[in-house]
Amino acid sequence: MYSEKVMDHFENPRNVGEIKDADAVGQVGNAKCGDIMKMYMKIEDGVIVDCKFKTFGCGAAIATSSMATEMVKGKTIEEARQLTNAAVMEALDGLPPAKVHCSVLAEEAIEAAIEDYYKKNNLTYEPKKKCSGCCGSCDHHHE
Amino acid sequence: MNQFVYLDNSATTPVKPEVLETMLPYLQEEYGNPSSIYRKAAASEIAVRTGREQVAKALNADVNEIFFTACGTESDNWAIKGAAFANQNKGKHIITSKIEHHAVLHTLEYLEKQGFSVTYLPVDAEGKVSPEALSGAIREDTILITIMMANNEIGTVQPIRELAAIAKEKKILFHTDAVQAIGSLAVDVKELGVDMLSLSAHKFGGPKGVGALYVKKGTKIDTFMHGGAQERNRRGGTENVAGIAGLGKAITLATQNLEEKTKKITALREKLIEGILATIPDARLNGHRTDRLPGNVNFCFRYIEGEALLLRLDAKGIAASSGSACTSGSLDPSHVLLALGLPHEIAHGSLRLSIGEQNTEEDIDYVLSVLPGIVNILRMMSPLYPGE
Repeated sequence: MYSEKVMDHFENPRNVGEIKDADAVGQVGNAKCGDIMKMYMKIEDGVIVDCKFKTFGCGAAIATSSMATEMVKGKTIEEARQLTNAAVMEALDGLPPAKVHCSVLAEEAIEAAIEDYYKKNNLTYEPKKKCSGCCGSCDHHHE
Repeated sequence: MNQFVYLDNSATTPVKPEVLETMLPYLQEEYGNPSSIYRKAAASEIAVRTGREQVAKALNADVNEIFFTACGTESDNWAIKGAAFANQNKGKHIITSKIEHHAVLHTLEYLEKQGFSVTYLPVDAEGKVSPEALSGAIREDTILITIMMANNEIGTVQPIRELAAIAKEKKILFHTDAVQAIGSLAVDVKELGVDMLSLSAHKFGGPKGVGALYVKKGTKIDTFMHGGAQERNRRGGTENVAGIAGLGKAITLATQNLEEKTKKITALREKLIEGILATIPDARLNGHRTDRLPGNVNFCFRYIEGEALLLRLDAKGIAASSGSACTSGSLDPSHVLLALGLPHEIAHGSLRLSIGEQNTEEDIDYVLSVLPGIVNILRMMSPLYPGE
């Protein structure tokens, strides 16, 4: 059902945990739907120097969280905002159709943390489209 | 790491060697069509007849009351649609419970679109249907009551004899889905007082692709599968001869020494339940504490999600199942767990371990040695977990 890469990131998730003095924290999803992702970032000079996550959810939710944290570490905030769910999926060698929404959540968890950073630092934040965690609530492209 | 522990016996069971041996001739040398009149076909005809006798004997029914189908789902579809359509001149109201299998619930949803009305009885926190609630739901136009004997997810056993007696008093047909019950509980159709009963071979050591429906003599029910004269004109289609032979053998074996077998399985269940309760905090046992299928263990582990749990167990060689949304193919967790009154986030973290005849104490010890660690790893990853 899952690719080897998904299983690797599920069984050996990278960057699990919290960052105590995080510069940015974002949480998306809801328990009702069975997925919650929480992202923590340490940001220095506009660069994400560390990123950790905690996720309540299925194998794909954990794997996409892990992959997304890997993909944004070392990136500037602007670069991280370019991260798409499609890129996360591609990096994991694909996801089953029913699990595409997990990659959307991962993208949005990163964005939620960045939004938190903008607001904490009184910077003007231009939102991207949002997802509540339930399929049907957003207009993301679910291929 | 090569260890493999199968604890999903409610999903399906391995075919017993004696069952396979009974089936094999009808897949090769004895290929005759049971409906043919030449001598070559006699063995097939005898195999079907023997299978029917074995099922009838196991259920304490008459051979003319046993009809073979392709699966438990077909048996449920036939019983419900067949009785509804054949009796709609008397009324169009059907009563069921909220925790039935989808083979029953989706069939009833279809009938609702055809103009029937359905009452879905609630269950209590342990999954029991109350006889009083059933009595209260009966209307002038009620023609059918369908309530499962034992639930496939949480294992709760319903008071079928009591419920069927209520139906009988009001002259309403009573069907029970006994797919999980055969080989686990004593099933005697006369003692239970049911008019129709569904069963499926692969749940008790038989092959997949064959089931049966018991229809009490005199019960008005439409033909479901139109075709040839098989099954006394009630269910067309060339008989699954090998499957029927296998079903007959499997039900004979499954109902032999039932007490002794269930005693052993119940002891394993108790060891597993007690072990989980003792080692994993925030674990909730779903279903009735004692009035449950001998092999059924169903827990919700707070703060984690079921599919992740299943994948981690699979990596350790343990096969189990869950009622989480991710395993149900929808966004909602199991309708059974929600009917117990569990909130969504707790229902997402369910795990069903179903014990079968082949399981041992060592299997249970192994599960108890790895499960607490897996639950802990997932909890440490969960943003909902408040910590120890």
